[in-house]
Amino acid sequence: MALQDRNRVVILEDRVENVSGAEFPMSFDGQDLPFNLESFKDSFDIEIIRVTPTDIEFDLIGVDASIANALRRILIAEIPTMAIENVYMENNTGIVQDEVLAHRLGLIPIKADASKFLWKRPEDMPTDQSTIVFKLEVSCQHNREAAPGETDPKKKYINSAVYSSQLEWEPKGNQAERFADSPCKPIHDDILITKLRPGQTISCMLHCVKGIGKDHAKFSPVATASYRLLPEIQILEDITGDDADLFCSCFPPGVAEVVVENGVKKAKIVNPRKDTVSREVLRHKQFDGKVRLTRVRDHFIFNVESTGIIAPEDLIVQALDVLMEKCNIAKAALAKAINNDEDDE
Amino acid sequence: MEVDSVNYIALLEVPDKKIEILPGASSDLTSVTFCVREEDHTLGNSLRWAIMQNPQVDFCGYSIPHPSEAKMNIRIQTVDQVTAVDALDKGIDDLKSISQFIKAKFQQRVQEGNYAKI
Repeated sequence: MALQDRNRVVILEDRVENVSGAEFPMSFDGQDLPFNLESFKDSFDIEIIRVTPTDIEFDLIGVDASIANALRRILIAEIPTMAIENVYMENNTGIVQDEVLAHRLGLIPIKADASKFLWKRPEDMPTDQSTIVFKLEVSCQHNREAAPGETDPKKKYINSAVYSSQLEWEPKGNQAERFADSPCKPIHDDILITKLRPGQTISCMLHCVKGIGKDHAKFSPVATASYRLLPEIQILEDITGDDADLFCSCFPPGVAEVVVENGVKKAKIVNPRKDTVSREVLRHKQFDGKVRLTRVRDHFIFNVESTGIIAPEDLIVQALDVLMEKCNIAKAALAKAINNDEDDE
Repeated sequence: MEVDSVNYIALLEVPDKKIEILPGASSDLTSVTFCVREEDHTLGNSLRWAIMQNPQVDFCGYSIPHPSEAKMNIRIQTVDQVTAVDALDKGIDDLKSISQFIKAKFQQRVQEGNYAKI
């Protein structure tokens, strides 16, 4: 295999070839590629494309899929956050049953720094170091000021809809001082929890604890965390005239464009990154052998969308911390296992 | 009060025998299957990759024998000069250095701020 093709996934009309990498020592004739951290450092790069308060897009270049995948899996399942775990229902005469209401409450993202809290096992008593308490007390009433014949429930009744903004934080112990700068509250104020009608009441106490997405998705700090490989389009033979227009129409806008060179229309690739790899171009007979679609196997385009609890740039750092912590634990456990083995003998 | 920063472990509580050598290992420890508890593809696949980069490793593969058991088995066969235990230890070290480097690079790029902010 040609050297430059080694890290390309080849996309054909009916199949994908060269999917798994073989960048291991002695995989290739006459080539020896033992891993070495220094050469990894040279070839590795990160490029941050875009950061918003909730999203980040960045390129991870020069790593194996297993590392990129570990990062993605940790983002989804192993970064701790705080979420409502126990709901103590004092009164609920609304239409939504206790257990459904409790489930809905659990999914509300809570703005709180999980690193400032201790883990709580189910059998542990809640303390101010491990638990955040919220209260939800809402009753629906007729609005006496509503116009006669009013049909909009929002005007006709008071508290006809219960929103996340109505959760009230009850600081326990020294929590009020500890979190004076950033009081605990739901990330979004406009999450509809349930609807009520006059005479219906909800009164409950909510306990938030620290957890990870592996245990329940409500603890996951990301809405999505995904990656794709960088697409690459090679024009092997000039595509000219009307074919150039057809060629460009096979890709999403911005991927390819028609340029005029010496009075001849010619197709040119502008930004393959925008390609969705629909393979439309491979359906046309006139492009047979003129175009080659590949993906760069070690170029990952990450898209991470935070729920708003943790800033997206902190998410990545925390995910890598978790991976390193996993290594530390494994190393210690291995040493322990070997010692035990020797003791047995 | 002691507050842990990343500490995801407290919840899962590192099991007493986090890593075990499964029966059937060769006496010179050049071909060994390790059973790692409370780990999955996250560590399994990345560790397998890190170990396979070692030219002294002849074979490395991992499996999760049953989806309801939080166990991950990793098999390592090495050349005569080193043991599978050494290879696993080196793999763990390499994986950690890689994540450390990725983290440093990411933080450097964030610091540089050379990206679109919306």
